[in-house]
Amino acid sequence: MAAHRCGLSLVCILIFSTPAPAPARDQFQEELVIRPLHSGDIYASFQFRTLWDTDFLQERQKKVSHYRLFPKSLGQVLSKFSVRELHISFTQGFWRTMQWGQPFIPSPPGAELWVWFHHTVSDVDGNWKELTNVLSGIFCASLNFIDMTNTVQPSASFKPLGLGNATDHRFLRYATLPREIVCTENLTPWKKLLPCGSKAGLAVLMKSEKLFHSSFHSQAVHIRPICQDEQCTSKAWELRQTLNVVFDHYTSGQGKKEWSLFKMFSRTLTEACPLASSSKVYVDITDNPELSPATHLLSRAVVLGDRRTYSVYDLTRAETFGQLRSFNLLLRWKGDNMLRPLLHAERYVAGFGLQTGEIHTVIYNNHPYRAFPVLLMDSVPWYLQLYVHTLTVTSKSRDNKPSYIHYQPAKDRHRPHLLEMLIQLPPHSMTEVTVQFERALLKWTEYTPDPNHGFYVGSSVVSALVPSMVAMSTNFTQDQPLFSSFVPVKEESSYFVRVYTEPLLVNLPTPDFSMPYNVICLTCTVVAVGYGSFYNLLTRTFQVDEPSPPLAKRLANFIRRIRGVPLLA
Amino acid sequence: MGYYSLLTTCAFIHLLVFMPYAYSNYLENKAGQFFSSGHTNNWAVLVSLNKLGFWFNYRHVANTLSVYRSVKRLGIPDSHIVLMLADDMACNYRNPKPATVFSHKNMELNVYGDDVEVDYRGYEVTVENFLRVLTGRLPPSTPRSKRLLSDDRSNILIYLTGHGGNGFLKFQDSEEISNMELADAFEQMWQKRRYNELLFIIDTCQGASMYERFYSPNLMALASSQVGEDSLSHQPDLAIGVHLMDKYTFYLLEFLEEVHPASQANMNDLFKVCPQSQCVSTPGHRTDLFQRNPGSVLITDFFGSVRKVEITKDTINLTSSVKPPIQRSGSSDMTIESLTYVDQLPVAEIIHQKPKQKDWHPPDGFILGLWTLILLVFFQTYGIKHLKHIF
Repeated sequence: MAAHRCGLSLVCILIFSTPAPAPARDQFQEELVIRPLHSGDIYASFQFRTLWDTDFLQERQKKVSHYRLFPKSLGQVLSKFSVRELHISFTQGFWRTMQWGQPFIPSPPGAELWVWFHHTVSDVDGNWKELTNVLSGIFCASLNFIDMTNTVQPSASFKPLGLGNATDHRFLRYATLPREIVCTENLTPWKKLLPCGSKAGLAVLMKSEKLFHSSFHSQAVHIRPICQDEQCTSKAWELRQTLNVVFDHYTSGQGKKEWSLFKMFSRTLTEACPLASSSKVYVDITDNPELSPATHLLSRAVVLGDRRTYSVYDLTRAETFGQLRSFNLLLRWKGDNMLRPLLHAERYVAGFGLQTGEIHTVIYNNHPYRAFPVLLMDSVPWYLQLYVHTLTVTSKSRDNKPSYIHYQPAKDRHRPHLLEMLIQLPPHSMTEVTVQFERALLKWTEYTPDPNHGFYVGSSVVSALVPSMVAMSTNFTQDQPLFSSFVPVKEESSYFVRVYTEPLLVNLPTPDFSMPYNVICLTCTVVAVGYGSFYNLLTRTFQVDEPSPPLAKRLANFIRRIRGVPLLA
Repeated sequence: MGYYSLLTTCAFIHLLVFMPYAYSNYLENKAGQFFSSGHTNNWAVLVSLNKLGFWFNYRHVANTLSVYRSVKRLGIPDSHIVLMLADDMACNYRNPKPATVFSHKNMELNVYGDDVEVDYRGYEVTVENFLRVLTGRLPPSTPRSKRLLSDDRSNILIYLTGHGGNGFLKFQDSEEISNMELADAFEQMWQKRRYNELLFIIDTCQGASMYERFYSPNLMALASSQVGEDSLSHQPDLAIGVHLMDKYTFYLLEFLEEVHPASQANMNDLFKVCPQSQCVSTPGHRTDLFQRNPGSVLITDFFGSVRKVEITKDTINLTSSVKPPIQRSGSSDMTIESLTYVDQLPVAEIIHQKPKQKDWHPPDGFILGLWTLILLVFFQTYGIKHLKHIF
C-alpha cells in the first residue's frame, strides 16, 4: 500500500516535472479544387500549405534546428541564402487561356524561378548561382543551367507576393528555362517535401502515369512570409506546393463529359493526411453539373473576378468516406458557358530566313468598356539581337506610347535583353508590340548537341490589375480556401493576374558540323595519296633481297658448310 | 547393456559440449564471409549515352533504367546512385504511354516506376561531367545527389550503354570518350582511393575494346560484344514503335530479377549471361586486374548494398539532452509596426520610377587600350623631357 502510494506520487512528480510540450507552431492544410472547363476538359488543382511561425532570417534567435512539418531541405536553403521569397515552377504544356480561362496559379512552360533575397545580402549574384545549384539537386532538374546569360532583374514586374516594405529590385532575380522537361523524377522529390509524402491524404492521387498523360501539368513551390492572423502583427512563413493538371479525356476523344476521381487519377481517397488541420475537396458547381456523392456543404468564393459556387467535401470527417472507406467523386456536366477571359496574350515570330525576324506580342483586352494598364516583361536571349529602334506598340491601328519603358540591352554571352513596358490597353482592343531582331552566329562550341531543333526564347509575362465585375474581398481570414488566397487583394475592384505567352522556338544559322571531319579526311587523303606516292617515288631506293631459303635447303647448306663443300644457291 | 548406455551418454555429452562450439564456429565462418569482401558501402553510376532527340534510342534509356531498377531493388539507395540519362523518353511527346519506359513488349514491365531520381539529364550528360563525377572534381556548388562520394571501401558499379566503336564511346553524338581516357579516369580514382573494387559493364557495339586498356587494380569488366561485333537490340513493341531493349541487358535483367539480397550467385554466373546463341554477339569479360577469384565474388557485392551490423555489448553513455531554445515570447513587440503586403502593380509608382543609377565600372578594355595608344603616341612624339613644360 505504501509502495503503491509512493509509486503514485512518483508518477505525479514525473507528470508535473516534464515540461509541457510547446504548442505546435506549424500547421498543414491540403485542398483539391476540381473545375470542369468549358472545352470539356477538367482542371484539378492541388494545394498544400504549411504555415510556420518562425523566422529563418532572424539574427538574434538561434538557428532553426527542429523541423516538424516544414521540410528541412527547404528550410536550410532559405536560411543559408537569406531568401525572402522563392517561387519555382515546373510546367509541361501550355495553358490555353482562351479555352480554359485563367488558372489559379499561372506558370510558363518549362522551369521558372524567381527569388527575392533579403536586404542584408551583399552578393546577390553569388547567392543566386549557388541557390540554383542547390535547387537543381533538390528537384532533380537542370537548374544549374541558369546563369547570367538567362537571368534578369525585372525593374517593375514580380513584386513580392508576401509581406514586406522595401522593394528594391536589386534583390530580385528571375530566370526561365523553357526547354526544361518535367517528368516523374521531378515529381518524386516534390512529393517527398509533403509532410505525409504520397502515402496519405490528397497526395495519394498523384500517380505519375496519369498526371503526365494530360495536356497541362504544372507543379510549383512558393515560399513567402505572410500575415499570421488578421491583425497582421507578426509574420509566419508559408510554403505552398501546388500542382495543376488539366485532363483532356474528352477532347482527345476518350470519353464523354463525365469524370470520376478514379478515372482521372486511377485512385480514390481513403483518408485525410493525419498531420493536416484541414483537408478539403472543392468542386466547382457554378454550371450545375451532376455530382455524386452529394454534399450539403457549399462555399461561395470570388476568385479571378468571378463569383463561383463550390461543393465542399471535408476529408477530416469520417462520414465523407462512406461505408466503403473510399471517396470517389463522380461528375457529369452539360453546361458550356464560360466567362471570356478579360486578358489574353499571344506571341509569335514573323519573318523568313535565318538572318532577321520580328517578334510580335499581341495582348487582348476583352473588357467591353474599361481600359487598364498592363506591364509587359520580355526577356530575350542575347543571340537574338533586338533592334529597339524598331519597337512599335499599336492599339486599334494607332500608336500607343507606353507610360514606362525600361530597356536593358544584352551583352553578348553575358546578359539577355530585358524590356519592360507599362501599356494602357484601350477597352475591347488588341494591342500589338513588334520588335525586329537579327540572329547571331554562335561560336561552334556554343551550339547544343541538337542545334537544328532550334533555340528557345522564354515566355513573355503580362502582369495586370484587371477590373473585376464582382467585388473581391480584401479580408484575409484563416479559413479562406487556399485557391482564393494566393494573391493578396488590396482593393475590391480589381484582381491581379499574370498571363504567360507561348515560348518561341527560333532557328539560328547553324554551321555544318561535319565540315572539320570532312576537311580532315579530304586533306589526309590528298596528302597520303598524292604527296605520299610522289615522295616515295623520289626517295625510295631499291635493294635486292634474297628470300630466306626453306628449311631443307638451310639444313643442307649447314651440312655442306661443315663438310667444306660449296653451298647451294 | 551398461556399456551401451555409457556410450550413448558419452556421445550425448560429447555432442552437448561440442555443439555450441561447432555452432559458434559456423557463426564465425558466416561472419567472416560477411566481412571478407572488404567493402562497406556500394555506389552505382549508370549512364545512358543515347543521342538527344532521337526516339529510336529508347532502348538505351530502357537499358539503364532496368539496371537502375535492379540495383535499387537489391538495396542501393538513391543517394548512392548517380543516374545519367541523356534524353527524356518517359515524358517524350512520342511516348504513347507517358511517364513509363517499358523493357518487355506488351508493356509488361515499367522500369521507370514511380520513384525515380535522375541526377544528370539532357544536356548535362557530357564527357566532362562523366569524368568529373568519376574523379570527384566537381565545382563546389554541386549538390550531393550529383556527386560520387565514394571512399576507399566502396564497391562501385559502372554501367554504360549507347553507341560505340572500336576504342571509343559516343556521348550525345557530338563527343567521344576513348578507352584510354576511361582507363586514366579509373587510375585517377585508384590513386585518390575512390574505390575498393569496381565492376564495369558496357553494352555498346564493340564494347570489349573499352576495357582493353584498363591498368588499375581491382577492376572487373564485362562487355556485351567483342571488337568487330555489334550489340543487337532485342525486340520491338508495336505500340511504341521502337526496339525496347538491347539483347545483352535484356538477359542481364532477366538474370538479375532472380537475384535477391541474400542470394549467393557469383560472378561466374554473370559471365554466363547471354551466350552467343541468345545474344548473337559474344559477351566478354576481363578479370586479370581483379584480386579475388570471380567465383567468390557475390553479385550482391556490386549490385546490392551492404548493411554492416556490429553487435556490441558495451554500454554507451549518451550526453545530457540539449536544452531547447527559449521560446521567443518577447520578440513580438519587435514587429509592432504593421506589416503590409506589397502592391502588385503600383502604376503611379512605376511611372515615376527614376532610372536606377548605374554603378560606376572601371573603363572597359577597349577604352583603356585606346588611351594607352594615345599616350604612347604622345610620349613618342614629344618625349618625356618635355613633360615639365606641360605640368
